Amino acid sequence: MMKPTSEADLAEAVASAAGPLEIIGGGTRKIGADSLGDPLCTAGLSGIVLYEPDALTLVAKSGTPLAEIEALLSKKNQRLPFEPTDLRALQSTTGTPTLGGVVATNASGPRRISAGACRDSLIGVRFVDGLGRLLKNGGRVMKNVTGYDLVKLMAGSHGTLGVITEISFKLLPAAQATASVLVENTEAEAVATMAEALGSPFDISGAAHIAGVTALRVEGLAGSVAYRAEALAKRLGGRVDLFDWQALRDVHAFAEKEGDVWRISVKPSYGPAVATALRGLGANDIIFDWAGGLIWALAPAGLDLRSVITSGHATLVRGSARPVFQPEPAPIAALSKALRGKFDPRGILNTGRMG
Amino acid sequence: MQMPVPNPDILSRRAEIIAALQAVLPAGAVVSDPIETRAYECDALAAYRCPPLAAVLPGSTAEVSAVLKICHEMGVPVVPRGAGTSLAGGALPTEDSIILGVARLNHVLETDYKNRFITVQSGRTNLSVTGAVEADGFFYAPDPSSQLACAIAGNIAMNSGGAHCLKYGVTTNNLLGVKMVTMDGEIIDIGGAHLDAAGYDLLGLICGSEGQLGVVTEATLRILPKPEGARPVLIGYDSNEVAGACVADIIRAGVLPVAIEFMDRPVIRAAENFTHAGYPDVEALLIIEVEGSEAEIAEQLATIIEIAERHNPVELRESKSAEESANIWKGRKAAFGAMGQINDYMCLDGTIPVSKLPETLRRITELSVQYGLDVGNVFHAGDGNMHPLILYDANKPGDLELCEAMGAEILKLCVDVGGCLTGEHGVGVEKRELMHSQFTPEDLDIQMSVKDVFDPRWLLNPAKVFPLDASEARR
Repeated sequence: MMKPTSEADLAEAVASAAGPLEIIGGGTRKIGADSLGDPLCTAGLSGIVLYEPDALTLVAKSGTPLAEIEALLSKKNQRLPFEPTDLRALQSTTGTPTLGGVVATNASGPRRISAGACRDSLIGVRFVDGLGRLLKNGGRVMKNVTGYDLVKLMAGSHGTLGVITEISFKLLPAAQATASVLVENTEAEAVATMAEALGSPFDISGAAHIAGVTALRVEGLAGSVAYRAEALAKRLGGRVDLFDWQALRDVHAFAEKEGDVWRISVKPSYGPAVATALRGLGANDIIFDWAGGLIWALAPAGLDLRSVITSGHATLVRGSARPVFQPEPAPIAALSKALRGKFDPRGILNTGRMG
Repeated sequence: MQMPVPNPDILSRRAEIIAALQAVLPAGAVVSDPIETRAYECDALAAYRCPPLAAVLPGSTAEVSAVLKICHEMGVPVVPRGAGTSLAGGALPTEDSIILGVARLNHVLETDYKNRFITVQSGRTNLSVTGAVEADGFFYAPDPSSQLACAIAGNIAMNSGGAHCLKYGVTTNNLLGVKMVTMDGEIIDIGGAHLDAAGYDLLGLICGSEGQLGVVTEATLRILPKPEGARPVLIGYDSNEVAGACVADIIRAGVLPVAIEFMDRPVIRAAENFTHAGYPDVEALLIIEVEGSEAEIAEQLATIIEIAERHNPVELRESKSAEESANIWKGRKAAFGAMGQINDYMCLDGTIPVSKLPETLRRITELSVQYGLDVGNVFHAGDGNMHPLILYDANKPGDLELCEAMGAEILKLCVDVGGCLTGEHGVGVEKRELMHSQFTPEDLDIQMSVKDVFDPRWLLNPAKVFPLDASEARR
C-alpha cells in the first residue's frame, strides 16, 4: 500500500498513478465495500500544524488520528463542534479514525442540529487533485469569502474530488456541563416533543428517540444547564436523567444485530411517516436523531429501502446493496459528474464510489 | 480599474435583444430607457459606474428562466442583482450586459416552525425574513449591517455574515436549500428542509459564488427560536493590544458571546459625535453581547467582567435596561454612517487570525502615516474580520487611487499574517486583481473550472472574482 509521508510525495503518487486509486485514511468508515483500485493511504501525513486556542482554530494533517486531536483539544477545554462519529463498532472495522476520513465523509453527530455539520466547522483544506496538483481553498480564519467555497465541496466528497492533505477547523469551547431530559413516548409523539424543544429558547444540542425514549440535551455553563434542563423537563413532562449520547452517535444499538444499516436524511416532521413506511418493508428497528431528521434503520440484508424515500435521501452504511448513495435527480447528477471531470479528469480517485 | 472591452456585436444588437426580452416578460419588466438604466449603473461601491444594456425585473422563476434562455442563446452577459448593496462591486454592470434584478421576487412561500425553516423568494430583504417570523418567537440569524436593505439573493451570492456570526455562523451555515436557474435556463433544486446533501455539497458551492454559477430565485433558510434575552457590556481600554488580549482571554475561558465588536479611537470619536451614545474617549472599545435567560446572562457576564477587570479597563459599563443596551449598540451600528459624515471612505473587509490583531493594527497605523490617509477600525473581534475604513476625499484628484493603493496593501497584509482578502463582503470587482496574492494559478484554475461546469460560456456576472489575466483564456 502506498503511504506517502509528505504532500509532495502524495502529489507525486497521484500524478504517476497508472490506474485507479482507492483513497484510505484509517479505513474505518466503509461506504461500499468494493475495491476501487490501488490503495493510497494518508495516515503517513500526520501531526498538528497549528493550534491557537485563543482563536478557536486548529490546523492538522489529514492522517492525524482523530483521538489525538480530541485529546489535545480537551486539554484546553475545547472541541470539534460537530461531534464526529466513530462507526467502527457498527461496521466492524478496526483501524484508527483519521481527521481526513471525518472530512471526506462529513461525519457529524447529534450536535449537528445546533453546531452544524463537519462542513460548517471546516474552514480550510489543502488537497491533491486527480492530476497530482497540490491545491488549497479557504484558510485558517473563520470568516472567509475569498473565491469559491471548495472547502464545503470537499467535505463529504468521499475522496472522489481530491486527496485531502491538510485540514483547518474552527472550534468551540467544550461544555462545562451537560444534562439530558428524557421523555417516554411513542415515535409519533417524539417528533412533536423534539420540535417543541427545538422551538424553545433553551438551546438544545441533541434531540433523539430510541427504544421508546425521547432524549434532549442541553450544554453550557453549569448554572445555565441546570436552569434549562429543569425548565425543559417541566415543560415537556419529562425527567432530568443520564443518556449515552456517544452510543447514540455511533449507533451502538445496531452494532451487534444482523442486517443492513441505512442512514436516512429527511425533513424532521416526515420522520414518523417514513418510519411507518420502513416498517412496512420489514425494517423494524429504527432510531431518530437530529429531531427526526436523521433516521437510522436496521433492515433485512439486501432490501433496498429507497422506494419509500420520496423526499430526502438514504445511504447504505452497512450492507451490500448498490448503489450505496441515493441516485440524484438528472440535472444534479450531471453537474456532479462534470465537477468530477474537472477535479479528476483521468477518473482515478475512488472511481465509482459516488456514482 | 480595468473592465473588459464591451462586445461590439452585442452592442449593435441592442434593439433585437431588448425586443426578445420584452416578448417573454410583462410590460414594465424590461428597463431600457438610458435614463432609467442609470439606476442600475452601480451598487454600494459607487466609485465605479457603468449603465447596463438593459435591466430586467422578472416576477417568477419561470420568467428568470426565460430571460436566461434568451441571453444564453444570444450570448449576452447577465449581471444578477439583489438590492444593489454590495460593497465590492458584485453587481457592477458592463456596457454589454443585462442586469437581472430579483427585487420583484419578494414573497414568503412557506413558514414551518415544526421544522424550523422559512422559504422565501430571493429578492426579499434580510430583515424582513426575521420580520415574517418574529411575532412567533423566531429569527433568521445572519445580520449584515445593511440588513434593512440587502436581499437574501445577495446574502447567498456573497455568503454574508454580520455581527452575531461568532455564535450563529454566516449565510452558508443557515442556508438549507435553493431553487436556482442556470445560465441555460434550467431550473434546479439543491438541498431542502432536510439537513444534509445526498451527494456533493453543491449548496455550499453555490453560496458565496457571487452570482457566477446561477441565479437563485428561492431560498430555504434555517430559523431559530429567539433567545429569552440579550445584554451587552461596554468595555474601554487605553490600548488596542490590551483590548485584543482581553478578547483572547474571554474566548480561552470558554465563554462564547454572540458578538464581540471592537472600535478604535477614530471610530469611537466619530460615532460619539454622530450619535451621542455616551462612549468614553478611549483607545479601544469593546461591545460584548451575551444571550439567554436572566440567570444565564448574569452568569456569562460575570465571567466576562471578571476577565475584563484583570486588564484594567478605563471604563466598564454593563447595560441595566433595554434603553442602555440600545445606547451601547447605537454608536456601533451607526459607525459607518458616522465616518461617512467626516469624509468619503473605503471600507475594507480582510480577516486575520485573531492572534495577529495587535501586529496588524500597528502596521495599519504605519501605512496610514505613510499614505497620509486616516484610518478608523471597527470590526468583529471574535472572528478576526477587520473593517478598516480609509478616509479620502473623492473630489481631490488622485485621492481615490491613493486610497485604493493603501487598501490593497492592508489586504495583502491580512493575507501575509495568515488571513484572507475578504471575510464577508466578497471579491466582486474590487478585490479581483488581488486574488493572485492569496491563490496560486492552480488554486484559481480549479475554482474557474467550477465556473466552466455551471456556465461554460462565462456569461454570468462577468469580470468579477477572478483576475482578468487569469480568466482571459476562458472568457
